Amino acid sequence: MGSARTSTSTLATLRGYIECIETQGVAMAGRIALGHSEADAALQGGLARGVLHEVFAKGGRHSAAASGFIAGLTARVSARRPLVWVRQDFCEIESGALSMHGLAEIGLDPRALVAVRAVDVESALRTAADALACDALGAVVLEVWGEARPLDLVASRKLTLAAQTSGVTGLLLRLAAEPAPSTAESRWIVRAAHSPPDASWSEWGAPRFDAELVRNRHGPTGRWIMEWKCDECLFSETADPQPVAAAPAHRPHQAGVVLRRAG
Amino acid sequence: MDAKVTPSRLTPSRKSASDFADLPLSGGGEKPSVVVIKENNALQLYALDDAAARQNLAIGMPLANARAICPHLKVYDAEEAADAKALNDIADWCDRFTPLVALDAPHGLFLDITGCAHLFGGEAALLRLLCDALTVQGFAVSAAIAATAICARTMTRHVHGRIVADGEEAGAVSPLPVSALGVSDVITNGLRRAGLKTIGDVASRARHEITARFGAAFTTRLVQALGQGDAPISPRKPPPDYIAEQRFAEPVATDTVISATLSRLAVTLIASMEKQGKGARRLEASFFRTDGVVRTLQVDTGQPVTRPAVVDRLFHERLDALADPLDPGFGFDLIRLAASRTEIVVQQQHDLDSHVHDNDELAALIDRIAARIGSRRVVVHLPEETHIPERAVLAAPAQHALAAAAQTAWPARTKGEPPLRPLRLFARPEPIKVPLATVPDGPPHHFTWRRADHTVVRVEGPERIAMEWWKQDGKVLTRDYFRVEDETGLRFWIFRDGLYGSELKDAKGDPVAANWFVHGLFA
Repeated sequence: MGSARTSTSTLATLRGYIECIETQGVAMAGRIALGHSEADAALQGGLARGVLHEVFAKGGRHSAAASGFIAGLTARVSARRPLVWVRQDFCEIESGALSMHGLAEIGLDPRALVAVRAVDVESALRTAADALACDALGAVVLEVWGEARPLDLVASRKLTLAAQTSGVTGLLLRLAAEPAPSTAESRWIVRAAHSPPDASWSEWGAPRFDAELVRNRHGPTGRWIMEWKCDECLFSETADPQPVAAAPAHRPHQAGVVLRRAG
Repeated sequence: MDAKVTPSRLTPSRKSASDFADLPLSGGGEKPSVVVIKENNALQLYALDDAAARQNLAIGMPLANARAICPHLKVYDAEEAADAKALNDIADWCDRFTPLVALDAPHGLFLDITGCAHLFGGEAALLRLLCDALTVQGFAVSAAIAATAICARTMTRHVHGRIVADGEEAGAVSPLPVSALGVSDVITNGLRRAGLKTIGDVASRARHEITARFGAAFTTRLVQALGQGDAPISPRKPPPDYIAEQRFAEPVATDTVISATLSRLAVTLIASMEKQGKGARRLEASFFRTDGVVRTLQVDTGQPVTRPAVVDRLFHERLDALADPLDPGFGFDLIRLAASRTEIVVQQQHDLDSHVHDNDELAALIDRIAARIGSRRVVVHLPEETHIPERAVLAAPAQHALAAAAQTAWPARTKGEPPLRPLRLFARPEPIKVPLATVPDGPPHHFTWRRADHTVVRVEGPERIAMEWWKQDGKVLTRDYFRVEDETGLRFWIFRDGLYGSELKDAKGDPVAANWFVHGLFA
């Protein structure tokens, strides 16, 4: 009995060490709080910089919501530094081009944005990897439509390495795609959320997202309704919690250390 | 390398003119062959080979006459576009001798070889090299070197390989027939009728007489042919500001050698520009193949380049991304790197000001991406003075407009309001189906977009945007925009094209149904 307790505590200590080692690199790059307290708690203080994050639109219809969510993340992490938004030509046809006035309304400065229109996924990937290696940038967004074969584990590993070296945050916007293994730090699935049911006519229309955190390398997952405050430039809780599927109460940190590597 | 020729020059300016009878006919077949072209609705001889010339056929003769003289004539149609392309390709090849190559259509070239001849062992050696290489390729060449372009051209019309020394132009040209001047038939015939057979005869007459009879343009041509005046040639490309080139005794074909050569040339080029405080804005790498094909790659930069490593990397990106890779064929025997646009560089201290450093890095990144996928695909955005949503933003190439975009003022958002403009905007508004049962000028309750039905739960609007009647002709319709949210929380920016009743009515004045469009999607 006594020996079992000792081994449990030793194991816990060791796990603590491993956690320290694993989070060290990320802690150096820093974390940016999103503003939504539960999400920040799940993310251990906020969105990590200098790594790759993935945002999936739930089907092609929610592409604008996912774009809004990623614009919000970008505004949080980029800290007014230049921003490169790489997108595939097909995205523009299918779900519309990024509108600069719309971005300005969300709170992102269009002056800081350099847009790259890539013909196909390969050239978009290459451009994004190139941009991620440039440490003058605040963030790089890569927007890809559909199931992209070139965007495999190797490609995402390359992007992650580039991001870690330069400290630039990579944000991957996947429209009409299903999640696949990757080396991303976090993965979100975003849907559009209703405006509050009792909002007056002038108050509805603020960007609201039903954001589901389905992968989090250093903490639990969850699902929250988030509202983007355009003026304050941060996410916040909604006044009226809408009924959504219950989030897993707690995901142990040490669950699947080996599986983590495989994405 | 000064192309300008002035009478008070110190180094003699030398021109070389080459004339090609670029026909596939120069082989000595038994049957005479001619090329014909349709002029004034009749087929005329455009070019002929030696066998045909021996039969006393002449250029300009009607085909019917030629057939009468020589019944077994082989006839080909002239292809002027292909001829022009061939001449252009030859001009590309001639770039290896001098950067100043001018076309003299339909089948001549001028080369300004001032200060270039010694690189090839003198004028005679240069002329021999040029003519031999072209003869090997199957062209019949006639070339001459003289102080003025027109004098050289006049010589090529009659003798091949003549080098006219400075001051001897008049003596060289005088014995030639007037047709060698290359003026119109009317003037040539007029001169002949007047008994003036050679250029010397014409030159011996008083100039005012000739001008009165044949016009000032002819006199000018005559003066130029005699070497007493010069006209500038108009080169195909502006001469680059700086050139570095590498010739190979043995042709090179491997990628490693090519990229190593480019790096070496970049060092030389940048060193020569650095002495004068210049940086390159446009770089051209030319690859001269042994078989005469020339491939030129161009790279533009947003900021003047002053480091060889940057040049190297830009060309590396460019070569990497070529859709049709550089084909060395039997190898390149000359690789040239030229800076065709340069700018004065202001030296900045980078280490203490991180902002300047960041901007440089961003500009360098943009250059690299643009070198690979094209500068039109890397854009920054500038606001436009218009209310029409799809025209409110101008996407300008980031290489040129980066500084301008950083300083523009975008309309500020209204505090406390939800976004009034959608995050994603369709370049072309997409039609939606709206049932007729709604209030005529109100928002719809249902609509169908991309085959999916949406029930409208919330509406805000209309925001009326009138089209620019002062710019557009004809009927332009006013749009009423609505922000709507459907039952799943998706938000759309939809509009009705035209005002019900006042703009949308048929010939009898009865109102007609409006077209609805979705123009954007809100986050």
